[in-house]
Amino acid sequence: MSNFLLASIGRKFLMSITGLFLLMFIGVHLAINLLLIFDDSGELFNVGAHFMASNPAIKIMEPLLGLGFLIHILWSFVLEYQNWKARPVKYNKKDRGGSSTWASRNMLILGALILVFLVIHIINFFWVIKFNPHSMQTVTIGGTVMEDAYTLVADLFKASIVYDIFYVFGGVLLGIHLTHGFWSAFQTLGLNNKNWMKRLQFLAMVYAVIVAVGFSVIPLYFLIKF
Amino acid sequence: MSILESKIPEGPLAEKWNKHKASIKVVSPANKRKLEVIVIGTGLGGASAAASLAELGYKVKSFCYQDSPRRAHSIAAQGGINAAKNYQNDNDSVFRLFHDTIKGGDYRSREANVYRLAEVSPNIIDQCVAQGVPFGREYGGLLANRSFGGVLVSRTFYARGQTGQQLLIGAYQALNRQISKGNVEMYNRHEMLDVVKIDGKARGIVARDLITGEIKRFGAHAVVVASGGYGNVFFLSTMAMGSNGSAAWQCYKKGAFMANPSFVQIHPTCIPVHGDQQSKLTLMSESLRNDGRVWVPKKSEDAKKLQSGEIGANDISEEDRDYYLERRYPSYGNLVPRDVASRAAKERCDEGYGVNSEGKAVFLDFRDAIERLGKNVIEARYGNLFQMYEKITDVDPYKQPMMIYPAIHYSMGGTWVDYNLMSTIPGLYSIGEANFSDHGGNRLGASALMQGLADGYFILPYTIGDYLADEIMTPKTDVSAPEFEEVEKEVIGRLEKLYNIKGTKTVDYFHKKLGQVMWDHAGMSRNAEGLTKAISMIQEIRKDFWKDVKVTGEMDNLNPELEKASRLADFLDIGELMVRDALNRNESCGGHFREESVTEDGEAKRDDKNFANASCWEFKGETEEPVLHIEDLVFENVKLTQRSYK
Amino acid sequence: MADKILKKLNIKVWRQNRASEKGKFETYKIENVSTGSSFLEMMDILNNDLIEKGIDPIAYDHDCREGICGICSLYINGRPHGPDTEVTTCQLHMRKFKEGETIVIEPWRAAAFPVIKDLVVDRIAFEKILQAGGFVSVNTGGVPEANSIPVAYDDAEESMDAASCIGCGACVAACKNSSAMLFVSAKISHLAKLPQGKIEAKQRARNMVAKMDELGFGGCTNTGACEVECPKSISITNIARLNREYLVARISE
Repeated sequence: MSNFLLASIGRKFLMSITGLFLLMFIGVHLAINLLLIFDDSGELFNVGAHFMASNPAIKIMEPLLGLGFLIHILWSFVLEYQNWKARPVKYNKKDRGGSSTWASRNMLILGALILVFLVIHIINFFWVIKFNPHSMQTVTIGGTVMEDAYTLVADLFKASIVYDIFYVFGGVLLGIHLTHGFWSAFQTLGLNNKNWMKRLQFLAMVYAVIVAVGFSVIPLYFLIKF
Repeated sequence: MSILESKIPEGPLAEKWNKHKASIKVVSPANKRKLEVIVIGTGLGGASAAASLAELGYKVKSFCYQDSPRRAHSIAAQGGINAAKNYQNDNDSVFRLFHDTIKGGDYRSREANVYRLAEVSPNIIDQCVAQGVPFGREYGGLLANRSFGGVLVSRTFYARGQTGQQLLIGAYQALNRQISKGNVEMYNRHEMLDVVKIDGKARGIVARDLITGEIKRFGAHAVVVASGGYGNVFFLSTMAMGSNGSAAWQCYKKGAFMANPSFVQIHPTCIPVHGDQQSKLTLMSESLRNDGRVWVPKKSEDAKKLQSGEIGANDISEEDRDYYLERRYPSYGNLVPRDVASRAAKERCDEGYGVNSEGKAVFLDFRDAIERLGKNVIEARYGNLFQMYEKITDVDPYKQPMMIYPAIHYSMGGTWVDYNLMSTIPGLYSIGEANFSDHGGNRLGASALMQGLADGYFILPYTIGDYLADEIMTPKTDVSAPEFEEVEKEVIGRLEKLYNIKGTKTVDYFHKKLGQVMWDHAGMSRNAEGLTKAISMIQEIRKDFWKDVKVTGEMDNLNPELEKASRLADFLDIGELMVRDALNRNESCGGHFREESVTEDGEAKRDDKNFANASCWEFKGETEEPVLHIEDLVFENVKLTQRSYK
Repeated sequence: MADKILKKLNIKVWRQNRASEKGKFETYKIENVSTGSSFLEMMDILNNDLIEKGIDPIAYDHDCREGICGICSLYINGRPHGPDTEVTTCQLHMRKFKEGETIVIEPWRAAAFPVIKDLVVDRIAFEKILQAGGFVSVNTGGVPEANSIPVAYDDAEESMDAASCIGCGACVAACKNSSAMLFVSAKISHLAKLPQGKIEAKQRARNMVAKMDELGFGGCTNTGACEVECPKSISITNIARLNREYLVARISE
């Protein structure tokens, strides 16, 4: 199996599996995040966030998720380099607009931008909650003491229009990445055929729009409402 | 003529091949490993032969001038392949296929060869299916058939409009398998430039590596030429640009007779020439004539307006249209054989009724078929052809009739071979379109593919053993032998001579001139005066060519101009021999139409008394005239009748 | 419908005398080309002009000139086989170009397709991939009767769709990664959809992919450009099938 991952299809297989894993994570992440805008007291979100942070299943998944990110990101650079090497002399004139989507050709660029976003995002929230809990306020909900993640988020989005725009931008980038990534992952796993092609591409678009709109709505909500 | 021993086995027609197989020699597996065979060309004949011989254990060297065996021009065959499977329960049989082929060929082919062809035809389908050729199928999962021109049964197997492609890919796959096993050494981008004889037997070739320009020697115990036809003599034809007659011609110059070189098929449904920038002609499948109606205007003033572009086809009312095939041949109508349809189109255009700007096109109209069957049905049947037509001409054939005109398509003539497919040079075989044996004066649709594969899969692998069994003691050919030395010197001399002329005119210039002479005087309609004139015209062009051709580039590099010049040098010779043969054959038969030999109503008239034979030409030297030998054709199982499609 | 004359065109074309030598672009002028001419007829005219001027004509691959042999391989104005869909270079016509236009012609560019001369590239890599397993292992003779193996109509059609591949390499040329996955998948699908081909399907997938990887093609990132530029419109769902066949083959190893 080890040399399977060295074969071209195996390499892509890894991208696809990690991609799908991240896709699921993003779905859960978005679902929890949307709690932010359905309860201005923050209680709902805090309970959700606390559940995610304390759930043993999630605890197991957390390092896996980290690994998933790591592989997906590092591997993408390796693959892109290998693909780049496959054409040592470049074309003088290219006209690719009609034959493929911009997103599909620029997954690495999209991915790299998302990575930049991710790093700042982690510094903003994950890092604070996870490794710097002393700076966190706590709340007690239903007798349980938990981090007041709601306030952390709300404060950031209320305080800075730059961050709002940055997070909208991040959501949109991710959405564009997924317009291709979603169906491409299934294609790479061989889970596609002429009937499913259209369906998967449609689902990809739906999912991408949900992700882009979903994540963008949150900062905009705080910006507009407060 | 004892010199032409056809080696047709004795006995009843239906038993000849089986008896022959039982009587010929077989080589043991251990000895096959020691025997080498060279195969020139990788079309249906060459690829199937190379693969089958390698499977048997022979060591095969295979050559093609293209970058891959898959490019061979068999790939362009559209319609289908005939086989006497009788799957349609319409009373087809080996004998019926045999009879149709002999009759379609206007009784100028050998009974025994044609019968054998029909006999092995069902095996071809079995073989191709086993290889994974995706033939068209019925919903029940069994193979489908379609009908083709000139016959009364439905026996044509097809893979959409790309049957040739799929059959060739099947043979190519088999070839690839043998290459991967090391049983075939494949030489892509190599062109055979001469054959080498040692002690009178074919023992190797000299070829040019088209990338490096290196002249290389290759030895073997037998040489198989499967290099296709020579239709490119005419410059404009449906052949591939690189298709050439050089391999066969070099064999001729080394002593292999050429038989019936004047027999070339003119296909009636090609896209017309659009102007003087045309480089080749594109065929539209014969199957179109099943639903299309061929017509020209009745009034010459309408034709003139069409030619000047003042009006379009749809401006001409029904009563002003002349459906000339239906008018002249009421019983077969638009489905008359290729030669008849071609001549009728030429006749109308010569009379001034041509419908394009050059006055050299007729309409093939689907209006009535679309009305009758609906556009969907027509699209399902011919969609890819209609699309191809539109890409080339920018005209939508669903709305306006297609324009078509005849074009040179297939060479029935070729290297003379005996029943074993061996030429007059021992150890030199010729298969597929390159030989002369099976189609007489006219080939039926969907029979070329059948012949190529029959020869390569099922005939040559048997018959070559009969020769090679006597060669088992012959050591591997030594390519440093003086015979190789000499041929190599000749080849290099010939190329250098061409290269060093450094004249003023391009190869294409001379090729176009040759093509024009051939088309005008040895094309669809021939007469003694024109043919005689053509000989001196060709000689004139040849003289000019060898004085004034300009070949650029380098000798030791990829040099398409040098390749073209070398091929054209041979075409000039082939053209002259074709004309001589046409002049000699003072009868009309099949694709060969002599104006001197017609019935009272202007139809072709055969002369069975004097010409029920194959005319076989022997090379006597560059400055000598070739010598004619006659192989009489014996018909014991069919009655010779004048073809009539009225 | 009526053909027009393009009075002047500029042809900017890659010239490289040999594989071992460096190449560069040259621009030539060409006059009076009929819009009814094919692109390769334009090339013929240009070449004859060059010969008359004593310049070595531009080498390019071409043969059948009816869109089926798959040898022609020009990258024209940024697209394999030029600005039209479902055509090979030889079927491209000059009516797709404008008066006075500069047409850029390049060879297929890929590490696996080195330039031999000018616009001629070496596609021997495709041969090697097919030799690695693109066949059914049957010898001539001794095969079952053709109708003894029924094939469902739809399977035969799908097989035929994939088998239409002409091996031109436009998929590799179009792909931003120079991936050969569409080419390989076409052969895999052609044979996998038929009972005759299923028997060695696993071995075929393993061997062909291994060979493809060895030859320096890039990986597939599903951009779909190959399908759009394929003269025969071979679908990238074949690539999904190849992935599936390959995964199954490797898992069951």
